[in-house]
Amino acid sequence: MTTQEVILHPASVVAELKKNNISHVVWLPDSETNFMFQLLTNEPSLSLVPVCREGETMAVSAGLWVGGKRPIVLIQNTGIFESGDSIRGLGLDINQPLVMLVGYRGWSRHGLTKDSAARFIEHILHAWGISYYLIETDEDADRISLAIEEAERTSKPVAVLVGTEFGS
Amino acid sequence: MIDNIDAVKLLDSKRGNAVFVATMNANNVHFGLPTITSNEKLDFPISGAMSKASNVALGLALAQPDRKIFCLDGDGSLLMNLGSMVTISNTAPKNLIHVLFNNKVYAVTGGQPIPGAEKSDWEGMAKSAGYANVFSFDNLEDLTNGIDEAMAAVGPVFIHLVVKPEIENTPVQFRTPAKRNVHTAIADLPETLGVKR
Ligand SMILES: Cc1ncc(C[n+]2csc(CCOP(=O)(O)OP(=O)(O)O)c2C)c(N)n1
Ligand SMILES: [Mg+2]
Repeated sequence: MTTQEVILHPASVVAELKKNNISHVVWLPDSETNFMFQLLTNEPSLSLVPVCREGETMAVSAGLWVGGKRPIVLIQNTGIFESGDSIRGLGLDINQPLVMLVGYRGWSRHGLTKDSAARFIEHILHAWGISYYLIETDEDADRISLAIEEAERTSKPVAVLVGTEFGS
Repeated sequence: MIDNIDAVKLLDSKRGNAVFVATMNANNVHFGLPTITSNEKLDFPISGAMSKASNVALGLALAQPDRKIFCLDGDGSLLMNLGSMVTISNTAPKNLIHVLFNNKVYAVTGGQPIPGAEKSDWEGMAKSAGYANVFSFDNLEDLTNGIDEAMAAVGPVFIHLVVKPEIENTPVQFRTPAKRNVHTAIADLPETLGVKR
């Protein structure tokens, strides 16, 4: 555990995924989402698809989506940087209504961070015209539903930045 | 070496109701899938993101477990996304057949050599990545004789084909565009697959 007080529980996120009938979580782990992993593996309604690099997630999701499933992506902000051409070619260009849950490494509520993964991420999303929501507490978790609704309504990828490490 | 079009023709003749996720020379408008396809509605060309066709095919295979899903991939493409081979073997869809068109060049961009084409070993890589079944063919006769066994094997199957390089030197903007592309496929494939949204 970090010294940070636990204010976002993975159960709140998983409840959102279940409420929205998400079928697959295509993911590559990060410390922000570690506790999530244990819960996800125990959740029978969700299939986990682990990949070797994040750029694969949007492509696997595209196949799942065309095949009739409801995938979501779970990666770190570093993974967004890794995935540029997939987000462009298999997210934005094909109008995939994909929600990407993104661990916001380096996020500080004070806006001061030494971590370039945090400093650049929102700029990159702005550049692509990808809208995003920030979640930090259990009370914020319902923004995942908003993101899913927006992705489907606009036929575009939408990001949810997870600003807290999950607690157990 | 196998002619690109002969390989695609043979695979197509055995496809049944399989989806073909095809990219690069396997999907060339003059000597690839679009010229010979027997079931265009089940063709899913991927041009938007080099190297990701195998991942799209994996997603489709997971979503449609009762249907065979083929990925017709390029060697430069797969080399850009080698981890995908392990992603596939780890997820292990029984209905996925990954066919590699190994022409040892980046044909689409003018035929530049692929790094390590003479040193690396695709059959070996597929085996050690953990595909359930791996086949390799370097001539049409062997491919013709062996294709039924390869297609009947439990997936994920990897089929390595040594293919003649056919190089396009026409600048991209002057090339004949394919009638069916990633957008047309995404628009009608779900309905063809019986997907309800
Ligand atoms: C990320 C990225 N890098 C480079 C390119 C340029 N490019 C397009 S096709 C191609 C060659 C593909 O080679 P291969 O997969 O072997 O297929 P072939 O043309 O030989 O059938 C390259 C390098 C690209 N489209 N995207
Ligand atoms: Mg090639």
